[in-house]
Amino acid sequence: MAFGLPFRLSFRSLSGGEAELIPQSRLSGPMPWVIAIMVALTVIAAAAGLALSNTARSASDELSGGVTVQVVEANPVERNRQAAAAAQRLRALPGVADVHVVSQDEVERLIEPWLGARAGDDAEIPVPALVDARLREPIGGENLGALRSAVREVAPAARVDAQSAWLKPVFGAIDSLRLLALTLVLLLGFAFAAAVLLAVRNALGANRDTIEIVHLLGGTDGQVARIFQRSVAFDAVGGGTVGLALGLVVVLFFGRRFGDLGAGLVGGGALQWYDWVLLALVPIAGILLAMVTARFTVLRALRRML
Amino acid sequence: MNTAIDGEIVQFDNVGLRYGTDREVLSDVSFTLFPGSFYFLTGASGAGKTSLLRLLYLAQRPSRGMIRMFGTDAITLPRDRLPGFRRRLGVVFQDFRLVQHLSAFDNVALPLRVAGVAEKDLAKAVADMLEWVGLAERSHARPAQLSGGEQQRVAIARAVIGRPELLVADEPTGNVDPEMAVKLLRLFEALNRLGTTVVVATHDVHLLKKVPDSLIMRLDKGRLSDPTGVLRYPPRPRAFPREGEV
Repeated sequence: MAFGLPFRLSFRSLSGGEAELIPQSRLSGPMPWVIAIMVALTVIAAAAGLALSNTARSASDELSGGVTVQVVEANPVERNRQAAAAAQRLRALPGVADVHVVSQDEVERLIEPWLGARAGDDAEIPVPALVDARLREPIGGENLGALRSAVREVAPAARVDAQSAWLKPVFGAIDSLRLLALTLVLLLGFAFAAAVLLAVRNALGANRDTIEIVHLLGGTDGQVARIFQRSVAFDAVGGGTVGLALGLVVVLFFGRRFGDLGAGLVGGGALQWYDWVLLALVPIAGILLAMVTARFTVLRALRRML
Repeated sequence: MNTAIDGEIVQFDNVGLRYGTDREVLSDVSFTLFPGSFYFLTGASGAGKTSLLRLLYLAQRPSRGMIRMFGTDAITLPRDRLPGFRRRLGVVFQDFRLVQHLSAFDNVALPLRVAGVAEKDLAKAVADMLEWVGLAERSHARPAQLSGGEQQRVAIARAVIGRPELLVADEPTGNVDPEMAVKLLRLFEALNRLGTTVVVATHDVHLLKKVPDSLIMRLDKGRLSDPTGVLRYPPRPRAFPREGEV
């Protein structure tokens, strides 16, 4: 009996024997490689989806209680007075956790890329004074209205905006990308199952005579299905391991590249330990999906035989 | 319709078989096989011998009529009960149908493995069977490395290793020399004496004389020739002592 190659289909599981009922070469072909590519793509798509979720969650946590007060006043003295008064009023409010008056230098640094250095000194371009406040609870329509009224009593030139409102389109885009990632994962799962189905059908056709003999000798559908299921599982374990490794290399590479950007929003997308666990589950899910697909395909095909 | 005969292995009643929309290849076939009987099935090429055997080893369902096997209606038998019935049969196919990538040993062991017999229990039985058919030295050879006669003997060994209740053989001596043909027939007879009902399809008329107490079923253009009704209502066969009773 030849048992040279690894992952050769064995009859052992069926009966305790050692005869190889269906040659593995007829069953496998490029299957492990197809599975590896599918798993790698799924890992990458899932990692992208998880990173986007983390980004959205982190940004949302950061901005949900944030309020920006802009004092738009041409007279710099009056502007600074109103900004100070607004800050004082905000500190006095019970729902406000923190208030920070943005200094003139910080404001100039923010607008420097667009208006050039020392733009705030130009009287022709009135730069608003900024006050950054953080509420104890997420900002909503009701508490934002109360805040506006309170601030405007002492600073009539103030504009009060929730920070989350500015990033609404960004959150919308992130949601779309998350949906896209989820769709990709589902489509890859579907394509994966279809690839297994085609390979198993092909193997069934190639081994039809043997299967018929096993049937006529009293073999059950379950016994035949187990042979295919086991073989596909071997392919999926091999392919899934390679695919996971490939996918993780790509994810780590891009993670590092995005990490190097140092941008606040991107930094929040870092994968957590539980995200890595989820990614490690992708090949396991792939193996289960492959086995279920193989079993379903074989049993369905055998039902057409007597 | 014939009533069920006590103790019958197989009962065919007005069985007809057609493939697709073609004309019937078997028409109004009625017979009863008793335990311990030995039957020869003869007829010209195309008479329907193989079709009849396919019905017997449950590879085919008839288009009409009634078939009872081991006291159960075989036509309405659910698929999940077929394996249990097939394990009670032994089949020698005309084209041997050996699994090409398995050795002679593994081919013979296949029915036992399918039935879940442990490896340690089957090794000696398979070796003995191969020795009996004269292939002990060739147990590791694959079918492609064996001659037609050797393949036929492997096929026969595979069919009888499970001590079937009904042995169905389609031209089992077609590819062997006369001496081996007689030897194989003696194997079938020995099995028959142990209680196995044997049906051998053959066109070799000399073979029919080798088993004196056998019944002959003759098919002609899909119809069973049974002018005296002996196949439909056969006399009780000789009662051979079963193994262990001697």
